[in-house]
Amino acid sequence: MTDRIVLDARDLVVRYPGSPPVVAVDGVSLRIGAGETVALVGESGSGKSSVARAVAGIDRPAEGEVLFDSAPVSPLGIRRRARSLTAIQMVFQDPSTSLNPRRRVGDQVSDGIAAARARGLAASRPEEWFERVGLDTSWVSRFPHQFSGGQKQRVAIARALAARPHLLVADEPISALDASTQTSVAALMRDLVAELGAGMLFISHDLAVVRRIADRTLVMYGGRVMETGPTAEIWDSPRHPYTRSLLAAIPVPDGAGRIPVAPTADERASWTAIPPIEN
Amino acid sequence: MSAERRGDALAAAGWRTRMRWPRAWRSPLGIVGSVIALAWVIVAFTASWWVPFEPNAQVLPRLQEPGIDTLLGTDGTGRDIFSRLMTGATVTIPLALMLVVAAMVIGTVVGAVAGYFGRWVDETLMRLTDLVMAFPTVILAMVIAASLGPSLFNAVIAAIVVSWPQYARVTRSLVLGLRGQNYVIAGRLLGHSPLRSLTVDILPNIIGPVLVLATLDIGAAILLLSGLSFLGLGAQPPTAEWGSMISSAIQNFDAWWLGVFPGLAILTVVAAFNFLGDALRDVLDPTAEVSKENQADRAASATGTPA
Repeated sequence: MTDRIVLDARDLVVRYPGSPPVVAVDGVSLRIGAGETVALVGESGSGKSSVARAVAGIDRPAEGEVLFDSAPVSPLGIRRRARSLTAIQMVFQDPSTSLNPRRRVGDQVSDGIAAARARGLAASRPEEWFERVGLDTSWVSRFPHQFSGGQKQRVAIARALAARPHLLVADEPISALDASTQTSVAALMRDLVAELGAGMLFISHDLAVVRRIADRTLVMYGGRVMETGPTAEIWDSPRHPYTRSLLAAIPVPDGAGRIPVAPTADERASWTAIPPIEN
Repeated sequence: MSAERRGDALAAAGWRTRMRWPRAWRSPLGIVGSVIALAWVIVAFTASWWVPFEPNAQVLPRLQEPGIDTLLGTDGTGRDIFSRLMTGATVTIPLALMLVVAAMVIGTVVGAVAGYFGRWVDETLMRLTDLVMAFPTVILAMVIAASLGPSLFNAVIAAIVVSWPQYARVTRSLVLGLRGQNYVIAGRLLGHSPLRSLTVDILPNIIGPVLVLATLDIGAAILLLSGLSFLGLGAQPPTAEWGSMISSAIQNFDAWWLGVFPGLAILTVVAAFNFLGDALRDVLDPTAEVSKENQADRAASATGTPA
């Protein structure tokens, strides 16, 4: 890990229109250094994806600012994206919708390479990236429907990494995959991102995977960060009751057939009252 | 697992995919439609070389009944109906195809731009579309054709003006649906320009339904052109055109063959293109696409491929 900060998001607030407006993210700040993997965990609806979209510049946050390589991130508009911002790439949750069904996968990875070349970086070939993500190099001329979900996700990762990003935002990249491939895809992403010296924001609700790949973890609940700290510390000695409850929700295969108890409404209400903890 | 086995499974899936196309076409109406439409298109492009008489030559006895000499009879000025009918196809069908292509291109561009850019662009273009759609098709086409002056070319222009809005509507809604798709966003994140995003990521994925609409619209276009000619706003005498042939048949009401054969020609070609459009819709059915995808996925997982 270096001291260079690739992403510095301050006091992000994301609201969705409605009456009253839904506050999906309520004052989240996060920093990611080059070569660092930061995990964002929390239950569904806690605002993880909203943070990801705001950080990647897909949606404009209502308040707060996002700095990427010390320059503000302008949201995707009608115009072509600024060249320097193509160094933010994203991997989406659903591999079946993240590839254009009518284009050969090699061409789609070439788009990533073209983005890297437009920033003055060395050219590469789609085959190289296929090899890095563990796909057969002869498959570059195939169409997405000829791949399984896990393979599609690998192609999407290859496309994102071919752009040589400084920041990779991964929005639940493994949750649509089966258990046997989840860990391998997550480990692959971490290794390749570290190889490029990029930062990664890895969003997941799978704490077991997060524990293995993330340097730091942010626990989100109700649009706010409840606890932050090095992953090992959070895993071993969670201090916020929500983090404890999240960790307790992981079923233990002890043969007794116990299913973790769901938290009560009172418990849930109490979590937001407890101030965030920073390890 | 071996790469070859996986290759085999995919090859098998590919083979099934190739077999699916003819199967969808093999519906009875699909075949009937394809054959008749193809026959008419061939007639339309070759008729001038093999028709037995000049379409405008008044060399035969007047109002002769269908028979050996004149296959479908002659009209009130001694012209051969069969020759005029076939020559009429060379006028109507290419113009109808051109009309549909032009309307499709205009409508798709307007709809895609409106759907992609949204906001005031969308509002402006769609209110314009609504404006055109608010008028009954035939009446508006009549007004335009009449104000431009009655000729076949002006009738085509009128027909284009009244038929592009439906393409704009359909394209806009399809583009709106795809605009938020992850692969479109991924392309934008990679620095695609709006034009590239539209032409590479969006248009190839919506062209199927638009083509189906266009095929179904060919029949309507022929009806509209013939209708305008029937009203005297399209083809002018002595041009052989189906609508104007029916129109002039009214003057000789007893001679049934004057009106029936052009009518049958319109009926068959319109029905054929509608059947063709229906078959095309079945072929391009998105749910069929999904089941195909599942099939491919199952084939892949059956060989135990680690993803």
